[in-house]
Amino acid sequence: MSAWKKHEIFEKNSLILIIGIVIAISIGGLVEIVPLYYLKSTIEKTEGVRPYTPLELAGRNIYVREGCYTCHSQMIRPLRDELERYGNYSLAAESMYDRPFQWGSKRTGPDLARVGGKYSDQWHKDHLVNPRSVSPTSVMPGYPFLVKNELTTRDMKDHLELNVLYGVPYTEEQIANAKADAVAQAMPDSDAAEGFEERYPGVALRDFDGNPDKVTEMDALIAYLQMLGTLVDFKLYDEKANLR
Amino acid sequence: MADHNKEVDQITGVETTGHEWDGLKELNNPLPKWWLYIFYGCIVWAIGYWVLMPSWPLVSDYTKGVLGSSQRAEATAEFQAAQAERAKMGEKLMQASLQEIEDTPELLEFAMAQGKIAFGDNCAPCHGTSATGALGYPNLQDDAWIWGGSLDDINYTISYGIRSGNDDERYAEMSAFGRDEILSKEEIVNVSSYVAKIAGIDPDPKADLDAGAVLFEENCAACHGEDAKGLRDAGGPDLTAPNYLYKRSLEGIEAQVTSPKHGVMPAWIDRLGETTVKSLAVYVHSLGGGE
Repeated sequence: MSAWKKHEIFEKNSLILIIGIVIAISIGGLVEIVPLYYLKSTIEKTEGVRPYTPLELAGRNIYVREGCYTCHSQMIRPLRDELERYGNYSLAAESMYDRPFQWGSKRTGPDLARVGGKYSDQWHKDHLVNPRSVSPTSVMPGYPFLVKNELTTRDMKDHLELNVLYGVPYTEEQIANAKADAVAQAMPDSDAAEGFEERYPGVALRDFDGNPDKVTEMDALIAYLQMLGTLVDFKLYDEKANLR
Repeated sequence: MADHNKEVDQITGVETTGHEWDGLKELNNPLPKWWLYIFYGCIVWAIGYWVLMPSWPLVSDYTKGVLGSSQRAEATAEFQAAQAERAKMGEKLMQASLQEIEDTPELLEFAMAQGKIAFGDNCAPCHGTSATGALGYPNLQDDAWIWGGSLDDINYTISYGIRSGNDDERYAEMSAFGRDEILSKEEIVNVSSYVAKIAGIDPDPKADLDAGAVLFEENCAACHGEDAKGLRDAGGPDLTAPNYLYKRSLEGIEAQVTSPKHGVMPAWIDRLGETTVKSLAVYVHSLGGGE
């Protein structure tokens, strides 16, 4: 019996054909995806990458909610012109606490992987409220409601716990104080600010949206944008050890 | 499709597969030769690729390939080569004085070209594509410089920023005379009207300008200068300038005295590097306000 004859089994039984297809495709997945989970070289050795603070995480949730990723990528590819414009190429380590990652796949607007520190808080606020006020030719929609919306913090603890399920190393203390920390990071003069500094040393602690009276969604989003791509100090980063 | 059931189509002379659907039979034409050879070629190519390039995952590592190719290394090498190329001119640029740059078309052309590109990407979002600024973002074309408009001053400001958090930042903070209750409401009206008068704005007719002058002397002159023309070392803006950073009106002055706004200029030295920052300084200096 020829091999052709055996193939007839697949051709005449749709269920067996489906099983055969699933097995064939699984091999591709197993070879391409599974090694990324166990190979140590997947995530570069870096210092400085930390989990998001509660306020940054809330800002990131707003980023996802508003669909920023549909027009902005967070992935600087290892190509010369991208290095020229955006800085060092993105590392896997820089998005290892991203659940889900925000690499994006389309750039209607610029890449945001290293936007942190590039503009002032005030600029971000002006720009998010009305992009045309600072960038006349921009096609980005305005998000003026972010200034008015008070940040929802009652579920902050749940968000941190969910991230822990995915392996993000939040401490118990950080989880217990998640709600207070989300407020404290945008209120540098409050009593809670001290505890925040202990739990998240060296993290930006300021009134991001220029409104000291309340913590808004604008505070959260700017806190998130201002830390993007700033965690790894590339003067200390060992590029040669992490070539791919 | 059984082998013993060979059947040849009468019209084309080609063997059929033996499959029949409602009287239609399938011809068993061989695969086109050109297609088949490309297919085999691809398989050979793939094997060669496995050997030469990073490809297969192993237990604790992956095959690196004979060529040792790395996209990251390639991009970095290209980037550094381009940087080194620019650095040659960049160094010449900074060794030259302003006059020398203006007199050397080669240097000026380079600085202006590099500065223009860097400005468009990094500075235009706040200062505008033609550097005319906006409310809260300084105009770089006019003669009013808060921190100085010489080549060195501009270079320093771009490098380390203003209130940027950088260790070498330029820093100044105006007291919130109203919010922190340093001055009464009446005193704020008086001093604001005094400033307005100097700036050529109509003062509040009810204001006591003499009292305002005394208040200015006591509270403002340390940073803005006795003549209100600004003190650059202190970062106090020229209050007689035709352009203000914030609203140029009596109302705007009162708002700033009551609860001042402070802009932030980021530090660019780490992000852009020395050469680009210097080109930017030359470019900004050339825009019209350079001293």
